[in-house]
Amino acid sequence: MKVGSTLNIALRALRRNKMRSVLTALGIIIGVAAVIAMVGIGNGAKAQVEAQIASLGQNVILIFSGSTTSSGIRTGWGSAGTLKIEDAEAIRREVPGVIAVSEEIVSTTQVAAGNQNWFTRIYGESADYFDIRQWPLADGLPYTDQDVRSANKVCVIGKTTASQIYGNEDPVGQILRIKNVPFTVMGVLTPKGLSTQGVDQDDIVIMPYTSAMKRVVGGTTLRNVNVQVGDGSQINAAQQQIIALLRQRHNIRPGRDDDFTVRNQQEIADAATATTAVMTVLLGSIAGVSLVVGGIGIMNIMLVSVTERTREIGTRMAVGAHGSDILMQFLIEAVALSSVGGIIGILCGIGASQILSSYAHWPTLISLSSIIIAFMFSAAVGIFFGFYPARKAAALDPIEALRYE
Amino acid sequence: MSNGSVVRLADVHKTYHTGDVDVHAVRGVSLEIGRGEFVALMGASGSGKSTLMNILGCLDRPTSGSYVLDDADVSVLDRDQLADIRNHKLGFVFQSFNLLPRTSARENVELPLLYGTRSLTNVQLREKADAVLASVGLGGREDHHPSQLSGGQQQRVAIARALVNDPEVVLADEPTGNLDSRTSVEIMGIFQQLNNRGITIIMVTHEPDIASFAKRNVVMRDGVILKDFGVTQRLDAPTELQNIGPIDSEASS
Repeated sequence: MKVGSTLNIALRALRRNKMRSVLTALGIIIGVAAVIAMVGIGNGAKAQVEAQIASLGQNVILIFSGSTTSSGIRTGWGSAGTLKIEDAEAIRREVPGVIAVSEEIVSTTQVAAGNQNWFTRIYGESADYFDIRQWPLADGLPYTDQDVRSANKVCVIGKTTASQIYGNEDPVGQILRIKNVPFTVMGVLTPKGLSTQGVDQDDIVIMPYTSAMKRVVGGTTLRNVNVQVGDGSQINAAQQQIIALLRQRHNIRPGRDDDFTVRNQQEIADAATATTAVMTVLLGSIAGVSLVVGGIGIMNIMLVSVTERTREIGTRMAVGAHGSDILMQFLIEAVALSSVGGIIGILCGIGASQILSSYAHWPTLISLSSIIIAFMFSAAVGIFFGFYPARKAAALDPIEALRYE
Repeated sequence: MSNGSVVRLADVHKTYHTGDVDVHAVRGVSLEIGRGEFVALMGASGSGKSTLMNILGCLDRPTSGSYVLDDADVSVLDRDQLADIRNHKLGFVFQSFNLLPRTSARENVELPLLYGTRSLTNVQLREKADAVLASVGLGGREDHHPSQLSGGQQQRVAIARALVNDPEVVLADEPTGNLDSRTSVEIMGIFQQLNNRGITIIMVTHEPDIASFAKRNVVMRDGVILKDFGVTQRLDAPTELQNIGPIDSEASS
């Protein structure tokens, strides 16, 4: 109808009560800022977890050896040594879609060079491992299939191990003694940082699994096998075929449990992102409560305002305001308060999450959608909580309102 | 029934239902007011003059009877139509001024224009409001807030607000009730000037000397018109102001 002048009227009324308008908007500012910051923190955590999961490699299936039960004590996965090198080779050979396989054994031991030594994790892997984990070298070269076949005394080391043993020296080409066996360091891995469990992934020595079996760990069984599938859509089929193949090779009769465990990366990713998604929803809804409280603040002030301005409403009606004009005026006042509060709140929320990420080193991620949703929601809060007071004002009888003291 | 009549009430009744008791505030009033008249509506409290004023002001509808304002029957209109009539054809002056607080005189005067059907720019609003404020002697005070103005000045802002939409009739409800006698006479002077310009004025008052500034007095009692007569010894505001003397002599009475 007369939108321009109604807007004009509402903004004039808000300007008349500057302090009150600012305080009322403050409720919404805090609410929106809290939602933006909390959802930002939640999304940041989620993005970080997703990045870490992705660092496990694309389309990866992990097969773990079974556990042993000895005198009622059950040991962990990989301890039973049910997976053999031949199993891994059978997977490489027979399962369609598989593009890379890495036999894995893991140990921890003391390593030394010169007068420095360090306790670290030893991973025995095939040459495919660096492709599967998408883990390039920062310096030097990876070992080759030839090194694996010959069980050569070569290794690549993580950034942490490198700096603990060699300090500022270049480790490439140096000798690293592992259980008194001299290994040549062929390269240094790019840093990956902490894993989702907080383990330093760069504190590591990786060597051919054959070398690890022969010269470091002993034994002929694998802790697990890492398998990479070329196409994500083949991952479930490949997983089923691996299970069938291994059951057949291990002579497991139908009805008996597997003596190995298969996990794919998607399952791990789903579990981790589900946790962070719950956290985001939780943080967001706590912040959402403060937004509702802010909305109730608006309703409260608008109700007080309607009562206090009863005579003003009567005057406006006497000079020709329709009920709908009064309704629109109060509604626009409420929506102006809540949406201006929403805009300021979005800016405050972005500021707060910037401060959090720079001082507390929490990753935050503010998406455009969360900004739009927060703004729409704050405007909706204005409409919802402004409607009742506005309708109350519009329904006033002009004669009563003019007489109101 | 001449063409010159701007207000025509025919056998107007107004009954309020409060609980079990029916209150007959107005019981059969017929009244005709011509264009350019200056009528004072008088009566004790409870006489029905305020109810009649509300009906004349299109704030209330008669229970029965008809009200023709400017050749249009307004007794059948709904709430929003009455609001439009008030906006276009009527101007209100209240006893307690009813100005918006913390709002400049100019913005107070602009108020009826904001609810009008014409959409004016801010510059047009301003020009119109300033012109009307100047015509009631408030040129130069357009930016003052009500709290910065005296009672008489506030009532002039209210009169300017009533005039800004060029109404057919100005309705004043006890316009001098909150003012001292000198200021009251000044306000009556403004009303007489407006009336001389041809504006119809209907004013409720219970003070006989204020009523003497009008051309015609209508006295009510118990919901009916008791007397309706032309004022023979009409007071002239400039003359009365001289009789009162300088501003200090009776400023606080």
